Amino acid sequence: MVAVDFFSFKRFSAIVGKEFVQMRRDRVTLAMMIGIPILQMIIFGFAINSNPKHLPTVILAADHSVFSRTIIAAMQNSEYFQVVKTVADEEEADRLIEDGEVQFVLDIPQQFSRRLVRGEKPALLLTADATDPAATSNALAAFRIIAEQALARDLAGPLRYLRRHDAPLEVILHRRFNPEAITQYNIVPGLMGVVLTMTLVIITALAITRERERGTMENLLSTPVKPMEVMIGKIIPYIIVGYVQMGVILLAGRFLFGVPLIGSLSLLLAASLLFIAANLGVGLTFSTLARNQLQAVQMAFFFFLPSILLSGFMFPFRGMPVWAQRVGEVLPLTHYLRIVRGILLKGNSFEQILPHLWPIMVFLAVALTIGLKRYRGTLD
Amino acid sequence: MSEAAPVIDVRDLTKSFGGKTVINNLSLRIMPGEIYGFLGPNGSGKTTFIRMLCGLLRPDSGSGVCLGFDILKQAEKIKPLVGYMAQRFSLYEDLSVRENLNFMARVYRLRNVRSQVAECIERMGMARFAGQLAGTLSGGWKQRLALAACLLHRPRLLLLDEPTAGVDPKARRDFWDDIYNLAAQGVTSLISTHYMDEAERCHRLAYLAYGNLLAAGTAEEVISASGLKTWSVSGDDVHLLTPQLKSLAGAEQVVPFGNTLHVSGHDPELLAASLRPLMNGKYHWRQIDANLEEVFISLMQQRGEQ
Repeated sequence: MVAVDFFSFKRFSAIVGKEFVQMRRDRVTLAMMIGIPILQMIIFGFAINSNPKHLPTVILAADHSVFSRTIIAAMQNSEYFQVVKTVADEEEADRLIEDGEVQFVLDIPQQFSRRLVRGEKPALLLTADATDPAATSNALAAFRIIAEQALARDLAGPLRYLRRHDAPLEVILHRRFNPEAITQYNIVPGLMGVVLTMTLVIITALAITRERERGTMENLLSTPVKPMEVMIGKIIPYIIVGYVQMGVILLAGRFLFGVPLIGSLSLLLAASLLFIAANLGVGLTFSTLARNQLQAVQMAFFFFLPSILLSGFMFPFRGMPVWAQRVGEVLPLTHYLRIVRGILLKGNSFEQILPHLWPIMVFLAVALTIGLKRYRGTLD
Repeated sequence: MSEAAPVIDVRDLTKSFGGKTVINNLSLRIMPGEIYGFLGPNGSGKTTFIRMLCGLLRPDSGSGVCLGFDILKQAEKIKPLVGYMAQRFSLYEDLSVRENLNFMARVYRLRNVRSQVAECIERMGMARFAGQLAGTLSGGWKQRLALAACLLHRPRLLLLDEPTAGVDPKARRDFWDDIYNLAAQGVTSLISTHYMDEAERCHRLAYLAYGNLLAAGTAEEVISASGLKTWSVSGDDVHLLTPQLKSLAGAEQVVPFGNTLHVSGHDPELLAASLRPLMNGKYHWRQIDANLEEVFISLMQQRGEQ
């Protein structure tokens, strides 16, 4: 008699093998999977802009004076900057900007006010996370004027003589991670996430719906194959497709746009596995919900649109209203973009991307649970 | 082994879709090695019943045992022992014959997949199509591939849903030869069909209409239980009689068979009385046994009138 069994490698690998053959047969889809990344890169690779405000800023203050307070107040009033923290330690400030928690660090050096009063033109250092030039360029451009105008008011009475100079202080802007403000540095890594989301969700959304529509589901369900075997067996081949897409984009990014890869490639590949799996999980869930292939595609687009608009790919994340940021935080793409940009442009380590990994993991778990629950073991 | 346990033994099975009862309190018992024919008009519930047996659909109520397992709770144990052939071709059209069979063999976890599939292709006479995509096969060969696929794992029960629909006579004969061979080896088959000649080839049969079991037994039993009497009329231009015959009291069916007409009714005296004035020597009249088709159509008409 047949023993009770829950998972068989043989059956599971039968599904994997079959999926590969079918993938190879469907030339159009295969061409699409390779063609879409290239096409999108050309379309999106150029110019996307916005003017985000209230960007989180940390003050690294070694000088507490009326002048530094004036400058900070003026920055807040400009609405470009929102001071979230004041730290005394440079490493702490570095960590905040590398982790992407803040967009700017304003470094007010020791004896700033004393040197200002002496007319020595002290320097203010504003460091920006310039990964996304669109997110920082306006604020950076405004900062010099903000600082000078704010001080102009304070330099009254006996200090009036300081205003004779062209400027009483020097402003040094430091664009970290993307010093030349090249938009492609930001867009190309982002595209990787967008392309993976778009193609993988659509293709897997069709996977089970297609079996249903072609009638092959009836045969499959009459065999001892288990839902888990079908689900995972259908995901695996497309994970490999996802990696091929990544490879295409990374290579094109490197050789067409000169996008740097500062962090670890293997970390990027490992983190991407989770993201790819999350997208396939969503796709499969759609696949179990949709009644036909057209619906499956529509659902995929429903997922794709918020992903592309609210993840920080199209518009700087911090430029979006709070509600949109909340929605964006749920989407795997939002976190993946931070991971990819973090690794490629900032050289983020595993510990640094961890805060963005677990939300993807939660998302994957939820998607797979719904998918498995909805996978109908019968034709009812 | 004097009293072998039935392969299928279901009681009061009921299934409805969206408030419409498709299977109504169906009870059926099929013995090992039997070839059991399942007949009935389209939409009578044949497919639904077969799907419930192999775990594709869950009955709303009733109980049943298939191969010793509870069809409600142990579908997973039944599946490896059953070969199911769906009405619609349900293998992968974009896989070749061999790839489809390989896939099925692996899903059923067969040993020596390669040699089993090779042997199966040989036995079913499909060697010349082995590398061809299933979608490009003719209807008859598609059916043959589907049969091959559901025989690979040597099931003890075959559930075949209109396996010969749209298949030419030679392919149908080959198919039935296979089924008889399997029956001789003890494999039980439940076959739904619309063909009367196939119904007559079954050991026993059941007639289903609108979810209700209207008749069951051997072909002879079903015919005699129906109480239908038939007269055959033959002669030149016999079809000219049709309108007249149809209007006669007691003549429930008038069916042409080439140069012959079959006139049937449940009341033999009334029918004979109605026909007597027409028996004037121009045509040849003969009382015959009703055939299955007449019985089934009459069962359906009665059911429809109720």
